[in-house]
Amino acid sequence: MAKAAKFDLTDDSVVVIVGTGAGGGVLANELAQKGVKVVALEAGGRYLPEDYVNDEWESFGQLAWTDPRTTSGDWRVAKDFSGLPAWIVKAVGGTSVHWAGASLRFQDHEWKALSNYGTVEGASLLDWPIDGAEMAPWYDKAETKLGVTGVGGRARLPGSNNYKVFEKGALAVGYKDVHTGNMAINSADYDDRMACQQTGFCFQGCKWGAKWSTAYTDIPRGEATGNLEVRDHAHVARILHDDSGKVTGVEYFDKDGNLQMQKARIVAVAGNSFESPRLLLNSHSSMFPDGLANRSGQVGRNYMRHTTGSVYATFEHPVRMWRGTTMAGIIRDEAKHDPSRGFVGGYELETLSLGLPFMAAFLDPGAWGREFTTALDSYENMAGMWIVGEDMPQAENRVTLSDTEDKFGLKVANVNFSDHPNDIAMRNHAYARGQAIYKAVGATRTLPTPPYPSTHNLGTNRMSEKPEDGVVNRHGQSHDIPNLFVSDGSQFTTGAAENPTLTIVALAIRQADHIAKEMAAGNV
Amino acid sequence: MSQLRKQGLTRRALLSRAVAAGALAVAGPGFIAAPDAAWAVEVAAISEHEMATLLQMTRDIFPHDRVGDRYYAVAVKGYDSEDQKADVAQGIAALDAAAKQAGFDSYLSVGWEADRVAILRMIEDTPFFQTVRGGLVTGLYNQKEVWPIFGYEGESFSQGGYIARGFDDIDWL
Repeated sequence: MAKAAKFDLTDDSVVVIVGTGAGGGVLANELAQKGVKVVALEAGGRYLPEDYVNDEWESFGQLAWTDPRTTSGDWRVAKDFSGLPAWIVKAVGGTSVHWAGASLRFQDHEWKALSNYGTVEGASLLDWPIDGAEMAPWYDKAETKLGVTGVGGRARLPGSNNYKVFEKGALAVGYKDVHTGNMAINSADYDDRMACQQTGFCFQGCKWGAKWSTAYTDIPRGEATGNLEVRDHAHVARILHDDSGKVTGVEYFDKDGNLQMQKARIVAVAGNSFESPRLLLNSHSSMFPDGLANRSGQVGRNYMRHTTGSVYATFEHPVRMWRGTTMAGIIRDEAKHDPSRGFVGGYELETLSLGLPFMAAFLDPGAWGREFTTALDSYENMAGMWIVGEDMPQAENRVTLSDTEDKFGLKVANVNFSDHPNDIAMRNHAYARGQAIYKAVGATRTLPTPPYPSTHNLGTNRMSEKPEDGVVNRHGQSHDIPNLFVSDGSQFTTGAAENPTLTIVALAIRQADHIAKEMAAGNV
Repeated sequence: MSQLRKQGLTRRALLSRAVAAGALAVAGPGFIAAPDAAWAVEVAAISEHEMATLLQMTRDIFPHDRVGDRYYAVAVKGYDSEDQKADVAQGIAALDAAAKQAGFDSYLSVGWEADRVAILRMIEDTPFFQTVRGGLVTGLYNQKEVWPIFGYEGESFSQGGYIARGFDDIDWL
């Protein structure tokens, strides 16, 4: 492998990317492959499969973003996990280390939520400026990159015990579109990564490397080109600009806590949907008093987290749901838009398991006594599924700067979220369906479990056709500042029902193509 | 747990203290032990009564009838510290006061779990209760030693995962 590049702080020809997850990590590699020089700044450390720990709390300590954040709003997470609104990763590879691997394309109608759902009171729905036809070739590339099962001639994963319970119940209540999913987890050796060994602990980093993560694919491949330098433990404080209003570089705290300044031709922000708007807001200046890229006032707004929840159930006999791939199981029948159910949009049901330590923490946070402990007593006989559905964007569900400061003296993100009535109706529908599925295979008890700290964080720098409706255009490029891009899930206009990573990757591949062309043309 | 001390633990002392401690654990000089002396935990900063009450309280918060006292003792031993002793003393005193209000001599003297739970409901919004409950979530369930009692197998990477060890072995569907 070629030695990774090392660029000078004063090199103003580089693209600086903030974050190395599914968005930033892919963008970094795709640009490097095209010969573009990239400096990727990652707030966390670098861990590889041999470093991952198959122990829930120990892994959480290794990988999770636990820097301070504050919360408000009526969501239960603000009460139960007030300092931990999201369960995401601070490491090279970002949340692509932690993700479950579910890789679904948006359904065509979901790109145009406002047109297809109509105006929903209290929601700030908008159509994406792009659609399924335009995204199809980029999805193809993303699926090939990730090695997604069930497409491209790649076999699906085998079903685990947890899946078998889920599948039998789903078929018993009449669902048809039931299988082990489209997973970025190898069912056979692919792209120098081995096949899944059914080990569990998908959320703790795959020790086999069978699950795709930028940490051990795109990042080292980008570095091998000699065009990518990744600086870990580099916490970006603000983005700088000149008198013309173009960005010129970033200031960041290095691993020793010293403030550094890296010049840049282009800056791309990919720090997930709390850190990306926080960085733009913290970069306010006399020219941009409300923060960068924020002439619309939309930075931080329309935070979405998917309508989630889980259903666990206990049975007479053991299931041992922790064995095997965590999320290789899906029911898609409810993903359609069918307002006769009492809500717009749809939801997926996907298998899920937690180990005993996390089950105790998340089954019913704050609960105690025998109603709680007798459920855990049946842990071995438990099956589980996760609800992931489209939630409504709302202007006041938003990330703002808190009065709390982090160790660098930077204001942290406050995350305000309250469920929309559509979210509640969808969740209740999904709880009832999930419970019916398990009862159909003899569940002795069903447990409709509240949402966890958010893993899907979307929408706080949304994409819009018109500059006044959002933060970035159809390429993730700031409406206000042509050499400033957003490259993560925060650019989502709406959330759709699907796990977001495949779409984040497809958008990043597409964005790399756009940036390289615009650089070659001298437009940015 | 291994520093089992038998000195001073006559059968008579055991029995009398067993009564005082609600038959759960025996309060001895500087430590408490199971009535059958199968295990013991020393106390240095807090009193035997406070530790015994904490143990009963944690059993009542997260009751698992197949999980022995020794696991709960591990979960609460951190409260036996100079940093914590004032909060523990205040918290246990409040719990005993609630028990008295409910017509009992002390929390440990309450015979039925349902009555103890009713007393805990009286204090469940206090910082002391919330601290004990919250700490127990990891203090109890993150002990690898308790996992087998629940059937949980923990990591499997070292054994090559479950691909050949039963990831799909369900036989009752």
